[in-house]
Amino acid sequence: MRILLFELKEGLFIALRAILSNKIRSLLTMLGIFIGVAVVITMSTAIKGIDNSFQSGISSLGTDVLYVDKWAWFTNEEWWKIRNRKNITMEEYFKFKELVKLPVAVAPVTNTIQTVKFNQQRVDNVFINGSNADYVKTTNFTFAQGRFYSEIESDAARQVAVIGSEIAKKLFPNISPLDRTIKIGGINYKIVGVLAEQGSFILGPWNPDNQVYIPIETIFKNFFNRSFRTITINVRANGPAMIEETKAEIEGVMRKVRGLKYDQENDFSINQQEGLQQSYKSVVGVIQIAGLFITGLSLFVGAIGIMNIMFVSVKERTKEIGLRKAIGAKRRSILSQFLLESSVICLIGGLAGLIAAIIISLLINQFIPTSIQIDSVFIGIGVSLLTGVISGFAPAYTAAKMDAVEALRYE
Amino acid sequence: MNIIKIEHIAKIYKVGTEEVHALRDVSLSIDKNEYVAIMGPSGSGKSTLMNMLGCLDTPTSGLYQFNGVSVSDMTDNQLANIRNQEIGFVFQTFNLLARYDAIHNVELPLVYAGISKNERKERAKRALIDVGLGDRMYHKPNELSGGQRQRVAIARALVTNPSIILADEPTGNLDSKTGEEIMLLFHEIHQKGNTIILVTHEEYIAEHAARIIRLKDGLIEKDEIVNNRYVPEIKTKEI
Repeated sequence: MRILLFELKEGLFIALRAILSNKIRSLLTMLGIFIGVAVVITMSTAIKGIDNSFQSGISSLGTDVLYVDKWAWFTNEEWWKIRNRKNITMEEYFKFKELVKLPVAVAPVTNTIQTVKFNQQRVDNVFINGSNADYVKTTNFTFAQGRFYSEIESDAARQVAVIGSEIAKKLFPNISPLDRTIKIGGINYKIVGVLAEQGSFILGPWNPDNQVYIPIETIFKNFFNRSFRTITINVRANGPAMIEETKAEIEGVMRKVRGLKYDQENDFSINQQEGLQQSYKSVVGVIQIAGLFITGLSLFVGAIGIMNIMFVSVKERTKEIGLRKAIGAKRRSILSQFLLESSVICLIGGLAGLIAAIIISLLINQFIPTSIQIDSVFIGIGVSLLTGVISGFAPAYTAAKMDAVEALRYE
Repeated sequence: MNIIKIEHIAKIYKVGTEEVHALRDVSLSIDKNEYVAIMGPSGSGKSTLMNMLGCLDTPTSGLYQFNGVSVSDMTDNQLANIRNQEIGFVFQTFNLLARYDAIHNVELPLVYAGISKNERKERAKRALIDVGLGDRMYHKPNELSGGQRQRVAIARALVTNPSIILADEPTGNLDSKTGEEIMLLFHEIHQKGNTIILVTHEEYIAEHAARIIRLKDGLIEKDEIVNNRYVPEIKTKEI
């Protein structure tokens, strides 16, 4: 063990000396690994960031929420069949709510897209979510300011609104939004609450940060008639463990509300996030693999560069290898000398690439979320070391098994 | 006590389908503190013999005992150890590492002997002072003259206190005056009790040794004691 450590230390000195004596070449070789590690790590932090955003978005909406809907999120059913289903009405919602026992919260949801204004500031195409006071119980929303609208406010169709953090930022860059009056579709609303950032970038317009929440009765009053469109009933189960049981109950209750006979198919769908997560994973999974594969290729090219240079370096130092063998270097000393050289080159290049990746990630975090994980630091170091060892092995082995006599004679 | 004992050694190289008999049947022994020159025209097998004596190569058949231990069937690592501890090589082309200064070059065999840095420095310094380069320790090879480079190489050969010094045409790349200085150094080293084996094709250089082994066509042609041995003048060294 002590001998091994001694050889490692001495080998390291020899390697460093060799690298320093060929600065430009070493630098160019490092560049290959630098770029490879930088893009791989940047890619993985971006992927991780998008993933985190999706997960936090999903969980801010509640992972244990079921959506009773006219439309199915994922189905093999023919479109026209679903198209011909009856709309879900508020009356059905009230009956449904009376009958269900297991859920912790049940809320009717509809929405409209409107322009939101405050003085000169405006945001177009905002998702306006209409529900009742129970809606907030179906989510995991956290508040930066104020509160959700109350039952009295929603029943009485008051002109009140809760706004998402992005909307707040856009409409009120400098002042506090609470208790200000905004215009939604030209009508005045008072802000009673501002959501804290939910961080669900990936959900786009469905991101709570980009939405405005007003009572459902207010939507019916101001924007469209209650019979005009179907509503969705959001049902929150009492924890993920209760999802299946709750699903079974609400299916039965909904069939009862609709008065379906035993031989009739459901004329509604029960959607859940699991399906969303699965389809997210299947799509994003492919993108992730493709992305890592493409960036991995650049690392591979870098590794080939190192192998190439190490072969040149071994060839160039044939006489030196012969001498070292003549004065007592064992095969493994020669092997480790060259392995250490390629590893040190890769490690330095990789560390620089890692630092670059962190800087790039922080920069693009302004546009899309990135997440720098402590494990990507270790992966970066590990990958560059591994690259060094793998790409250095063939040249180092060539050096180690060189015949001393012939090597000494080499000119 | 023999340091080197060789019995009926042969070395056959295969070049393509042809067999080349570099050494056919060579037996010799060398005692401690001998000063032997190996001579012969090119192709006589003297390089092969030297590589064999230096444990860089193993014989195809025959017996080679080094300090009473059979070398013929040692593993690569054992041979490396023998080369490291028992043999000091001096080459015609010096074979110094260009990016290392003199003291680092001299230290090199001690690195493979697993000796600590402080001790290495100390011993390398002493070896350099012994060859008269006390004031050139931190010069790189390209800052040294040919004679000085060969002195560094000799210091490197001496630093491990080897049983034999194996010098392959050590003056081949030097002018005659510098060559003579190097031969004087070898003489001094021999006087201190070292065993020296000198490979050369120059009669004049060989006559510095006390014994000349002449090779021809892979066989020993003559093994003779030098009667009119050329002893270099001991000049007072400039300090």
